Amino acid sequence: MRKRKSILFLLLVIVICIFTACSTNENSEKTISVYVGSEPESIDPAYNQTVDGATLLIHAFEGLMTLDKDGKPMLGQAEKYSISDDGLTYTFTLRDDIKWSDGDPVKADDFIYAWKRAIEYKNATVYGYLFDVIVGAGDIYGGVEGVTMDDFGARAIDDKTIEITLIAPTPYFLELCAYPTYFPVREDIVEDNDSWTINPDTYITNGPYKLESWTHNSEMIYVKNENYYKYKDLGPDQIKFVLMTDANAVLAAFQNGDILFSDDMPNEEIDAWREKPEFNIEGELGTYYISFNTEKEPFDNFKVRQALSLAIDRNFIVEQIGRAGQQPAPAFIPTGLTDADVTKEFRDVGGDYYSVAKGDYEKNLREAKKLLAEAGYPEGKGFPKFEYMYNPEGSTHALIGQALQDMWKELGIECTLVDQEWNTFLQIRQDGNYQVARNGWGADYDDPITFIDMFLSNSGHNNSQWKNAEYDKIVNKIKNSFDTEERFELMHEAEDLLMQEAPIAPIFYYVDIFLKSEKLEGFYSSPLGFKYFMYSSVSK
Amino acid sequence: MRSLIKHIVKRFAYSLFTIFLIATITFFLMNLVPGGPFLSEKNLSPQITEVMNDKYGLNEPVIIQYKNYMIKLAQGDLGVSIINKGRDINDIIYEKFLISAKVGFITIVLAITIGIAMGVVAAISKGKLVDRLLTIFSTLGMAVPNFVIATALLIIFGVKLRILPTYGLSSSAHFILPVLTLAFYPMAYIARLLRTTMLDVLDQDYIRTARSKGLSEFQVLVKHGLRNAITPIITYLGPMIAYILTGSFVVEKIFSIPGLGGEFIGSINGRDYPMIMGTTIFLATIMVSMNFIVDILYKVIDPRIELN
Repeated sequence: MRKRKSILFLLLVIVICIFTACSTNENSEKTISVYVGSEPESIDPAYNQTVDGATLLIHAFEGLMTLDKDGKPMLGQAEKYSISDDGLTYTFTLRDDIKWSDGDPVKADDFIYAWKRAIEYKNATVYGYLFDVIVGAGDIYGGVEGVTMDDFGARAIDDKTIEITLIAPTPYFLELCAYPTYFPVREDIVEDNDSWTINPDTYITNGPYKLESWTHNSEMIYVKNENYYKYKDLGPDQIKFVLMTDANAVLAAFQNGDILFSDDMPNEEIDAWREKPEFNIEGELGTYYISFNTEKEPFDNFKVRQALSLAIDRNFIVEQIGRAGQQPAPAFIPTGLTDADVTKEFRDVGGDYYSVAKGDYEKNLREAKKLLAEAGYPEGKGFPKFEYMYNPEGSTHALIGQALQDMWKELGIECTLVDQEWNTFLQIRQDGNYQVARNGWGADYDDPITFIDMFLSNSGHNNSQWKNAEYDKIVNKIKNSFDTEERFELMHEAEDLLMQEAPIAPIFYYVDIFLKSEKLEGFYSSPLGFKYFMYSSVSK
Repeated sequence: MRSLIKHIVKRFAYSLFTIFLIATITFFLMNLVPGGPFLSEKNLSPQITEVMNDKYGLNEPVIIQYKNYMIKLAQGDLGVSIINKGRDINDIIYEKFLISAKVGFITIVLAITIGIAMGVVAAISKGKLVDRLLTIFSTLGMAVPNFVIATALLIIFGVKLRILPTYGLSSSAHFILPVLTLAFYPMAYIARLLRTTMLDVLDQDYIRTARSKGLSEFQVLVKHGLRNAITPIITYLGPMIAYILTGSFVVEKIFSIPGLGGEFIGSINGRDYPMIMGTTIFLATIMVSMNFIVDILYKVIDPRIELN
């Protein structure tokens, strides 16, 4: 009997040991576990399209420039650079002590090879257009006949020197040099090997960390790259990026200390977390908006579009649905971008196109009714019933749809809500087979033009099918302008026209919400939402 | 014996044909669904979409694509994923299936042993308190959907008590919550089913005969009772094992298990055509094989069953 008792006791001890062993916090000074997103589609600099993918990339690679804590470009792989007086030619000199993770030196050719690969028409990268500012790149990427790689305006003068010729002075070019698509890759590794990113052995990188192991859909472990020139300054020995898919599961992992950082949280939990020290909100360069299909009646009339836009109570949407401190949008281009005078914000200079002050909704609504009457639909009479389309992922889009439906009812018009599965939705929206649809846009880089050139008549991102020759002319002038003042003036002019014509109705500016343990220090986030863990540490 | 072999061969041929049919139907249906693998919030230019379609042979007429796919399939090649660039689908499925199967296997063992034990206990204590408790348990197990069970377990053991890990499979403790979640339904179902058939069997004359021969109660229950009561369970086991081995999307999502179920749904959402085909064919094969095995097992367990 005693024997049996002792065996039971032993079993109990074992069970308790297993349980406590697994619940001890894995995070220490040596290793941190964080969540930035689920399984990445690609961790190839040329093919990544996502913000979480970019976070993985900035840990593994480094461009000529990199971003500091304030999101401003600072020297990365380059030791110095010079800009010609006309602002068109950039000459970068690489550091002497930079190496790939396998010990080979990083050469100027590695950059040029990577860039040519990214703009090669046949490689079909999504972000090849980020090189459009460089001479020849746009035509090569667009597959224009008779243009060859020799026409590309970037070249390696020697192993350590890169010379780049731009089409026009580009104030944000240094930022682009810190962007993942501009990262170097090694020809001997990448050429003719589609799966080089899958195997940590062939994922040769030049950044602060390197990929040690990748358990698909589970975790990626990055370790310090001993060949990195600032190796000594780096933070944790190991960064474990957990790849989860369920927002509630991520939150549970954060709550029990398994992860120190989560870039996501269920919307309905925001209220409960808002006051806690772990809760963080940062501005994000992105706009949530709706597109009107300008080719379909009655949305081919700009007064109708303006009326519908004015009838939106943006404060209600951000306060009751978004609930995370999003800003109601009085214009398309979001806050957080600087103007010609860098002490001023583009948004402040541009001003509001309609009031989003809380007390002004009634006034907006009256104006909307007037516009609708002018368009031939007094009190909504004769206005055809239409469809508002969105994708059902998360509950937010549906709730916003319901709110819009109610608000437009004030104008005496009726819409039905249609939800479409994500991929189908994208197809329908791109093909222009909708009437009014949800849309969103995040900046590719820190310059207002990233929000402006998407409405060019021939732009693939112009879901509203809006075509305006005057607008195209202004945007072309912007792209070829040598004068910063003039450039920004033109950008404001473009936005004026866009808001006047209203092919879109901005609703709010996104915010980046994340949960960060108070123990995690030295972490920072860029304006585009990339997360920097390489200099972080864990306090006790 | 000859009839058994003939039966097996015939069954095997049927199974192959079923898989072929499923593959064919899926291929054409999948191409009918709007959308495509290259769509994202940021639209690709038409030229680039064209290049991509060329690369993956998606510009060909669907019937030609079908022919090409079937030729490769016959050689056992499921192709390369479009979304997870450069990854072989054979590799992905193998890797994911190992994970799902590991969780699934433990679940199945647990569900069968406990389910059978509960069913037998409930049957022999019919009408007593134990029986009632077990009936409540099995009704709950069958009625409550697994995402509710999963979330409840996660909150109780993972977040409130903090004694069990909530994501991944990195230690043996990580298996506890997902296995419990997955085992609930089949356990309850087996217990309930077995209770009914067992009660039926225990009423039969041959049980009375066995008892009167002076066999121990255990022998009566297992050798005469269980063996005769188990046939319906076997019928259920086939699809149940196939279903659990191949991974449950919901449970995998909640506990962040990188298994096949998640991969299957992900491939559909992303229109990763080769991956949709690969996972569908693989799941169909498992399903059909399990039914095939169950079919043969009937005969072994119960010689009274006519083969036809």
